[in-house]
Amino acid sequence: MRAAGRGWWRTGLGVVFTALMLFPVYWMVNVSFTRDQDMRKSPPYWFPVHGTLEGYRAVLEQQLPYLGVSLVVGLGTVALTLAIAVPAAYSLAKLRPRGRGVLGFVLLIAQMIPGVIMAMGFYAIFLATGVLNTVPGLIVADSTLAVPFAVLIFTAFMSGIPEELLQAARVDGAGALRTFWSVVLPVSRNSVITVSLFAFLWAWSDFVFASTLDQGGAHQPITLGIYHYIGNNNQQWNAIMATAVIASIPAAVLLVIAQRYVAAGVTAGAVKD
Amino acid sequence: MVVYLLAFYVYPLYRNVDLSLRDYTVRSFVRGDAPFTGLANYAKVVRDATFGPALWHTVVFTVVSLAFQFTIGLALAMFFTRSFRLSATLRALFLVPWLLPLIVSSSTWSWMLNSESGVVNAVLAAVGIDPVNWLTSPDWSLWSVTIANIWIGIPFNLVVLYSGLQAIPSHIHEAAELDGATGWQRFWKVTFPLLRPVSAITLLLGLVYTLKVFDIIWIMTKGGPSDASTTLATWSYRLGFGNLLPSFGPGAAVGNLLIVIALVFGLVYIRAQRRQGAA
Repeated sequence: MRAAGRGWWRTGLGVVFTALMLFPVYWMVNVSFTRDQDMRKSPPYWFPVHGTLEGYRAVLEQQLPYLGVSLVVGLGTVALTLAIAVPAAYSLAKLRPRGRGVLGFVLLIAQMIPGVIMAMGFYAIFLATGVLNTVPGLIVADSTLAVPFAVLIFTAFMSGIPEELLQAARVDGAGALRTFWSVVLPVSRNSVITVSLFAFLWAWSDFVFASTLDQGGAHQPITLGIYHYIGNNNQQWNAIMATAVIASIPAAVLLVIAQRYVAAGVTAGAVKD
Repeated sequence: MVVYLLAFYVYPLYRNVDLSLRDYTVRSFVRGDAPFTGLANYAKVVRDATFGPALWHTVVFTVVSLAFQFTIGLALAMFFTRSFRLSATLRALFLVPWLLPLIVSSSTWSWMLNSESGVVNAVLAAVGIDPVNWLTSPDWSLWSVTIANIWIGIPFNLVVLYSGLQAIPSHIHEAAELDGATGWQRFWKVTFPLLRPVSAITLLLGLVYTLKVFDIIWIMTKGGPSDASTTLATWSYRLGFGNLLPSFGPGAAVGNLLIVIALVFGLVYIRAQRRQGAA
């Protein structure tokens, strides 16, 4: 119906908008390849013409332990989040305990609490229990970022599982646990993936909890690695940006392999009720 | 689940309220025998010279961020409603700023806005504008962190508003078009009113997220120079963790005020929604 030329015009405009929007990301990559001596050049090189891998070499030398810690924290947070949220959501959606409306509301509110405030509360508790500056402590704190979201997503999804499916399993002689393990869990695979990806990303990106609960720790995540970097050597911006590029990899992977889940995740909390 | 909520949300919150009501020092913090002082910490915080500016910065930061995020997000969402070549891919790319770790985007912005070697000043110089001390001048630092925050918030607004626009049935638009409504009229008289519920929730969530923003400001300016970009969230952090001698009491008090503000808006929203449902 519409002329083909008009479609191209929109594509062109869209590309321009996207390019403007992603310019900071491009700049991060560009700077990460820039040589030290070109760093303060004015005007700057718009493309990494004299590209160097100095920055990345510095990352490999100095930042690997941080990356490892972040990986452990991320995976630990995913495991803990799933272990808590999946059974909780199952019971909310299918077993319908008393007070589920209140619980749902509390979960929404829980997402609104500023991280700084949670951090202070955790700081006091962790200090008393001795898990301050440890990786398990950080995992527990990070899981609070994802659990409310996870429970809301899982509950919404599991409510949609047809009752007949569960009844059929029961008729076949499966108990509540067996039904959950062999029927509910496989059917919910997509939502499990969505939640895991987000839980990992949030734990990976977390700065507030890391900087408060792990600032004196022996094992610190990559967000603190970058932060120390900025504080310590203001000159080596190629190394800082190289670390930033590497720290962005999980986000990029997430976007590539799970595009549709991501958009679903963003809107799930907002548009659904 | 209830146990988890109690252990990891209610208890920290309780500890936080408790912190805000006592006069803690480093020693009493460890021993846990700080004297109970009622609302003294709140009184101290409100009378502090930082309180007024911090509250004002929070308001400016939040309102300006929301206004731009929402307007740009909505404009882009409208742009993307007509599908065209590559539109899905471009929309996915728009999510990148939102997915990046905040420390990554904040440090990238702080280098871009660097006074001597930042790319932004280089561009300004190319068109003949004097360099701006984005992060080190008290006149500009609040705007700088606001700009970075707007950039990070656009994707969220775009995606939510886009899915809201998709939910509006296309025959309504066709009917309006048949009745001779122009593009502008269709937007203001048809699209915008129908989008109101989604807009409201987008703005509410945006508000709640923006009030919480701490990472961006802390990493880019640490709230400085001389508190020029301090908001309630960064102030709370600085009181609690930023000094050698932490003052958890006042820090927690500031944080709790922040929760109260967020809750007030949440309740206003719920009431407005109820009234609309009843009408």
